[in-house]
Amino acid sequence: MKILYGMQKPDEGTITVDGEQVSFHNPADAIARGIGMVHQHFMLADNLTVLENVVLGAEKLYGIGAKARKKINEISDAYGLNVRPDVLLEQLGVADRQRVEILKVLYRGARTLILDEPTAVLVPQEVDALFDNLRELKSEGLTVIFISHKLGEVLNVADEITVIRRGTTVGTADPKTTTSKQLAELMVGSELPSPETEDSTVTDVPMLTVDALRLTQTDLDGIERIILDDIGFTIHKGEVLGIAGVEGNGQSELVEAIMGMRAPDSGVISLDGDAISNTPTRKRREGGIGYIPEDRHRHGLLLEAPLWENRILGHVTERPNSKGGLIDIKAARADTERIVREYDVRTPGIDVTSASLSGGNQQKLIVGREMSHHPKLLIAAHPTRGVDVGAQAQIWDQIREARREGLAVLLISADLDELIGLSDTLRVMYRGRLVADADPATITPEELGSAMTGAATGHLEGPEDTEHAEDAAE
Amino acid sequence: MNKLTSRIDKERLLLGVAAPLLAVVAALVVTTLVILGTGKDPFAAFSDMITYGSASDSQVYILNKATTYYLAGVAVAIGFRMNLFNIGVDGQYRLAAFIAAVLGGALNLPGFIAIPLIILCAMGVGALWAAIAGVLKVTRGVSEVIATIMLNSIATAIIAYFLQPGRLGELQQGGTLVSTKPLPKDSWFFSIDGGPAGTVWGFIVVAVIVGIAYWFVLGRTRFGFDLRTVGQSESAAAASGVSVKRMVATSMIISGAVAGLIGMPTLLNDSHQFSNDFPVGIGFTGIAIALLGRNHPVGIALGALLWGFLERTTNHLEFQGYDKEILGVIQGVIVLCVVVAYEVVRRYGLKRQQQRVGAELAAQAAAPTENLEVAK
Repeated sequence: MKILYGMQKPDEGTITVDGEQVSFHNPADAIARGIGMVHQHFMLADNLTVLENVVLGAEKLYGIGAKARKKINEISDAYGLNVRPDVLLEQLGVADRQRVEILKVLYRGARTLILDEPTAVLVPQEVDALFDNLRELKSEGLTVIFISHKLGEVLNVADEITVIRRGTTVGTADPKTTTSKQLAELMVGSELPSPETEDSTVTDVPMLTVDALRLTQTDLDGIERIILDDIGFTIHKGEVLGIAGVEGNGQSELVEAIMGMRAPDSGVISLDGDAISNTPTRKRREGGIGYIPEDRHRHGLLLEAPLWENRILGHVTERPNSKGGLIDIKAARADTERIVREYDVRTPGIDVTSASLSGGNQQKLIVGREMSHHPKLLIAAHPTRGVDVGAQAQIWDQIREARREGLAVLLISADLDELIGLSDTLRVMYRGRLVADADPATITPEELGSAMTGAATGHLEGPEDTEHAEDAAE
Repeated sequence: MNKLTSRIDKERLLLGVAAPLLAVVAALVVTTLVILGTGKDPFAAFSDMITYGSASDSQVYILNKATTYYLAGVAVAIGFRMNLFNIGVDGQYRLAAFIAAVLGGALNLPGFIAIPLIILCAMGVGALWAAIAGVLKVTRGVSEVIATIMLNSIATAIIAYFLQPGRLGELQQGGTLVSTKPLPKDSWFFSIDGGPAGTVWGFIVVAVIVGIAYWFVLGRTRFGFDLRTVGQSESAAAASGVSVKRMVATSMIISGAVAGLIGMPTLLNDSHQFSNDFPVGIGFTGIAIALLGRNHPVGIALGALLWGFLERTTNHLEFQGYDKEILGVIQGVIVLCVVVAYEVVRRYGLKRQQQRVGAELAAQAAAPTENLEVAK
């Protein structure tokens, strides 16, 4: 995709637009050819209005005044995007922001739209709305390239499907005749595993207890924002607690509070019976918290360091990485070799930098590293994000296996199927509060989705399970 | 698989050497052009530099200069390794040397007690002066660049205030020079007599020990690993359990302590007093040398020797009718080229490795996939 958008140059091959062979040196070339990209992470400025965001960098097209506003309204009406030009961006939700991104691309005259994982941050209802927009675009004669890990969505929206695995096209499929299972097999290259857990391994020994956790942040204007409000839950040994929620509702901050990277205003966190509210991060990790961060590049890896140094990261005080105050390079290297082998990290060796591995292999290395220290509690934040389906299955297996051995897991994910499939207990987080709980055995993604938008609260389904009601009472 | 790994390593080594070499060659070219521009013969100048620079008395001079420069390079490199720009090395070493000289002048103890005391005092003062910037950074978020520049000026002012007759200084040589009370002969550091070539300062031994300690602490200890982690990614370091703030303060203090040593070769081996002609600006030289040496203990040594060589030989060029500003031109061009060349080579290396790993894996992946299909 980076090549199509001119961000990277191909070694070989050709790109043909409208029957004409082209080569792109930078994104501007691509835009000139009518190709526009909507990135997974929005590139918008919060403190500007929608109009300002749209014209930013494209001032030459229609100016920045009335003409631009007219054009925006025109595009918005034509494709049913329903964008209001004068609203400040910070007042918009994720779905609206995405529409602004789409509008931005159309404003620059794109005829071909590339959408990179556009649904990752949306709840099911918003996904449907997005698909309506896309159909609108299609009917106006625009081309849409929709990149997604989620098979159901691809089948739902696409007219033609191309499956890419390890950098090559492995096949094309017709969504009308293909089932998602067939498509998935095409993606993995073999039988597809599903994230379902078997019989429950939940014990009644509490491992992590969080009680009345509250975190506020004062922003530059001096306004105090509540980020986490009265969060309380217990994870038992052998239990996977899933937290659902649209991103940015406090999940990251909750993880950082449990890891000790952020100091909460009040509340008690205890691990295996010991209060750890004031313990530094390193002590918490030594105490048995494994951490798969949501942003592995920022929090999980040293990108320019070799794999074996990355294996030491986060566990520098533990064996086999060090003895006394000294790093045991030999043992650390040997253990890296073992992780690479056992966790199937595809790499030519342990001296390459972690930046040269693919996302899935980076993640496998992280999972291997965290599991190697036999954690009591694993915090897995989006453990399979940006990871190919094969690695995804492997990571799920590892989580499940560790759970059988009594590991407690805090799972945070935007992938509702993953949450429902792996969790023993589900909670929904909305605006810094745990607003709802659900039984993963009976809940559907749609029900979960409506709770994620704040539409439903309380216990979501099934009066038969009393265990979760107790949890809620704690 | 092993074959590929070793190839990548060899390549990395090659790339590592390529950058400084490229920079030095570029500097030579520019210098040649500059000398040509002044209407003189550049090759005669270079040959004069080489003959004069390889004379034995020049070698001694270069070694002595390099001792000081090496310590400066290491002091700066400690900060660099964790993304701290300790510009204050300059002020730190001057203040440290001044106070250590005052202490040394006042002490009347046998050398084996006095010398360690003087050295520790210098390290302590350097560390304290750097700690001010470190503490300001972690508690108030003040950029260490700004803080240390200010502290340099304050150090200059403090020295100027106290280095006056009647305060801590005394008038020397018919009123042209103010200095601290000279160190008693007992407190002089040992030196190695090189005959007619001059004497090699014994402090070179300390510089070597500092170099080894720098390599060992950074590469082999938990503390060093934490420090490098912070330098590579603060967010990953925090998530891995390093207290970033404490690390910033600690490394600033260590950088300052090593900076405190910079003035010691001159004080203990050469001048034996702190006067108002004590060498200044070595902290900035240290920045150039740390850059040139890629923060590597051996690289810094080579950089320090190169700097000593350039200084010695361009001084001599002046007597041959060349302009002494040539020195500044060569040094400036080297530093500029080094910064550019490292970044270019670093990016190239990363990209190349990514491509190679990708290619290798694609080749690997092709094989098992086929097998699988056969199995089906």
